[in-house]
Amino acid sequence: MMEPARPAGRAYPSSTGGGREPANLGDILERVLDRGVIIAGDIRVNLLDIELLTIKLRLVVASVDTAKEMGIDWWEHDPWLTGKDRGLEEENRRLRRRLAALEEGRSAPPSIEGHVEEEDDDVEPAPRRRAGRRRDDG
Amino acid sequence: MTGEAGTYLYVVARDSGAPSPDGLTGVAGTPVRAVARAGLVAYVSTVPLSQFGEEPLQRSMEDLDWLDETARAHHHVVEAVASAVPAVPVRLVTVYSGDEQVAGLLEDRHDAFRQALERITGRQEWGVKVYADPAEQAEPAAAQDRAGAATGPGAAYLRKRQAGLRSREEAWRRASVRAEQVHERLASVAVAGRRHRAQDPQLSGRKEWMVLNGAYLVDEERHAEFVRAVDELRREGGELELTGPWAPYSFATLDEAGEP
Repeated sequence: MMEPARPAGRAYPSSTGGGREPANLGDILERVLDRGVIIAGDIRVNLLDIELLTIKLRLVVASVDTAKEMGIDWWEHDPWLTGKDRGLEEENRRLRRRLAALEEGRSAPPSIEGHVEEEDDDVEPAPRRRAGRRRDDG
Repeated sequence: MTGEAGTYLYVVARDSGAPSPDGLTGVAGTPVRAVARAGLVAYVSTVPLSQFGEEPLQRSMEDLDWLDETARAHHHVVEAVASAVPAVPVRLVTVYSGDEQVAGLLEDRHDAFRQALERITGRQEWGVKVYADPAEQAEPAAAQDRAGAATGPGAAYLRKRQAGLRSREEAWRRASVRAEQVHERLASVAVAGRRHRAQDPQLSGRKEWMVLNGAYLVDEERHAEFVRAVDELRREGGELELTGPWAPYSFATLDEAGEP
């Protein structure tokens, strides 16, 4: 009953290459796995609880290899491939910044002043540079 | 808890005018039902937790055949509803303890669902992919190869390899610029546009580079204009693939209170 439910005025000419069917599996998978509303809260199971790493890797591994051969590195900036956990990414950034600060501090003793300033600048790189310079000056 | 069953949620729509779920089949062959609350209706089915519990899912999600079947069944329900009324698709395998929890969701997130539904009403999602053939685009490599031929086979090989890489990079760069142009042009006709990750050849079934995997939310009145734009871009060169209309998977979002 619901299958042909396409109300009048919402018919699409097949010449557009559209039409509802047949959608290929890739198009469907990327939509149902990667888009659509994800709801947290009073839930028994949701996709976030399930470790999808293997399947995702299986689906992307070929293009990664091909791309590597071609010297293309788009996947390095793709959150899907670099890990969907944004928290992880952020932590990574924070650690890298910390490492840079440590390396910087090797030549001069760490300045408490500079360190405090650094703590809050998540995106803005300017204060960090200022802090570094101050350390150099001191 | 003893029932060992859960309520699987597919899609949410406004209650008024929503199609009947009778005869609609969801994941694992389960019949689809409607749970209505607060002017909204959720399409659900009862699923065994022996299949849709966290642990069994951990395993079955790795099984491509199972995933294929389940994804298609999920999508089928979403499309059946979304082709009739504005509808918010829910991510695959969203399972509640029971109908009452789903009703609770409709009540608690009523405003967010309403807003999401408003954003997509009278609009449709279209997918446009742009492919580039690396072989076709890498012509300049041959000329550079000839230039290096005199200096011995080893150096020639290295040079050829380098030239090949360079021309591939160049081809990729050109294709990327083209993809950006196509995206901008289409987004200008659409209400919203989104670029998704390029699909793996295994998924797309194509050897060419997918340089654009775009989704566009288009007003129904501008549908013809959108299709014209796609045709024009196609004539300008490059291979464009149009799919849709899709349920608004890429544009249905619930704005969490307190979240950006």
